[in-house]
Amino acid sequence: MSARNLPPVWSKIAKHAVFPETTHDERARYNFLANLNKHLAHVSQGNKIAFDKRVEPKFEKEHGRKMKDTSELKKAMEKDPHYQVWSSLRRSTMEMRQQAGRSIVLRQADNLKEKAEKLNEGKASLVLDADCEVPNYLLACDNHIMPGSYHTELIDGDVTPAANYDTGLFVTTAGLLGTYSDGGGKAITSWVKKTYPDFKPKRILDIGCGMGHNVLPIAKAFPDAEVIGIDTAAPMLRYAHARAMDLGYTNVKFMQMDAAKTIFEDESFDWVQSTMFFHETGGKSIYKIMDEVYRVLKPGGLTLHIEQPQYTDDMSLFEKFIRDWDALNNNEPYWSKMHDIEPVDLMHASGFKKEDFMQIGAKAENDLDDGSNKAEEPEDHGRSPIWNVFGAIKN
Amino acid sequence: MSEPLDYIKLASNKPKGKRPYFHDDPAVERVLNITMAVAGELAVMRERMDSIERLLETRGVLTREEIENFVPQDKTQEEQRQLRHAEYIGRILRIVQQEMEELQNPDKTLEEIANDINQM
Ligand SMILES: C[S@@+](CC[C@H](N)C(=O)[O-])C[C@H]1O[C@@H](n2cnc3c(N)ncnc32)[C@H](O)[C@@H]1O
Repeated sequence: MSARNLPPVWSKIAKHAVFPETTHDERARYNFLANLNKHLAHVSQGNKIAFDKRVEPKFEKEHGRKMKDTSELKKAMEKDPHYQVWSSLRRSTMEMRQQAGRSIVLRQADNLKEKAEKLNEGKASLVLDADCEVPNYLLACDNHIMPGSYHTELIDGDVTPAANYDTGLFVTTAGLLGTYSDGGGKAITSWVKKTYPDFKPKRILDIGCGMGHNVLPIAKAFPDAEVIGIDTAAPMLRYAHARAMDLGYTNVKFMQMDAAKTIFEDESFDWVQSTMFFHETGGKSIYKIMDEVYRVLKPGGLTLHIEQPQYTDDMSLFEKFIRDWDALNNNEPYWSKMHDIEPVDLMHASGFKKEDFMQIGAKAENDLDDGSNKAEEPEDHGRSPIWNVFGAIKN
Repeated sequence: MSEPLDYIKLASNKPKGKRPYFHDDPAVERVLNITMAVAGELAVMRERMDSIERLLETRGVLTREEIENFVPQDKTQEEQRQLRHAEYIGRILRIVQQEMEELQNPDKTLEEIANDINQM
């Protein structure tokens, strides 16, 4: 047993026919970055210490009172040298992770495109729509500092944004989501199977499916269901579809569509799912999308949304502040704004009944967990594979 | 085949959204970023050396002296080595490139964007 929990080596990641080729050094670079991510979770502990020992006392001495909100706290923390160096290292690590991923996939962009085309050609289960517009909130900045975001095509038929995402998620999460990065999808599938053993969905919709990694466990668990993943980004869908084909899925379909205005008929799905999706939308769109979820869901149908942990009233100002780090510093601008909306109110506004609202906690199911990581883990706010799931049954 | 992408430059592109700086002097940020990238490359090299040493050990095919005296044997080898340097520099000087990109196309702050998005 090691004194520290070590991330799995990157070469443990699951490969498939559209997965990029990597060199020895590219894999080594990712190993370094996963370790650096883990290390920074330890460095992060110094923030609370700096806050308790010098930032808060100094503020209280100067102002003769306690801090009243996170914006006062932010101003004070930003002057602290430990917070500065941790933030700067964390930002730098995220940038290096993007650089490393992009240098892997961009050098083989043509190859990846051809591999995807081979698997996608002539298949009715991939439906792209050149008229589908990228939502304006996705154009405002590149989410999680991924240059070009999900939708940018550097060549015709590009799949590199998804290929980059596929190789790098394992690094950012230090392998905690499992070999296929599908620990979230697996967790929700198990929960649904256990909670509703008689639930036999015929049609399932995943909104903002990205490269489809979290919808596949659902498709696998319900092989008789027709499973549709939608996204506005063509590169993600091309890759998602090719990946699913290669992995042998026959009941999934990927369609380019805005979740705020889908082409589906009223009451046509038994289950509408989203995973890590809503915090990357916008303040008005989120309501429109939930309206759409309500509209396409059958009476008695289930909807579930995997999201970041909720902020609670008993959470300290410091914890709220540190949890919000990614919002402004890792380009997740809606992440913090979304906390102003109570999920129950969001769902109620679209027609779901308050008494039908549910909220549960979920933890990634990780096939790489062999029990050897037993060292105590520092809490890595916003990065741990522990989520809040909210949803309802439509009645 | 389309024109090959300049992946060295593209890989180090800045993302849209103004970059936050944490140190009082941006020069510190810049130097730290370069240093961390170099640190990373050193770790990469160490891993490679580890692979080589282990393989050599198992096979017993090479001596340290042969490695010490090695120079590229042909044009292809020469170019491969130089290309690796070019990639390396593009990688470790990422922040300088991004600051130039920002100078050319100034961005909104994330706070402004978050407020914009809240209206979208
Ligand atoms: C953070 S990713 C989540 C991907 C995936 N669900 C997962 O489990 O990781 C968000 C995805 O939502 C897509 N997206 C954002 N807004 C959308 C919208 N209005 N309609 C459809 N897709 C959208 C983005 O293109 C991106 O692929």
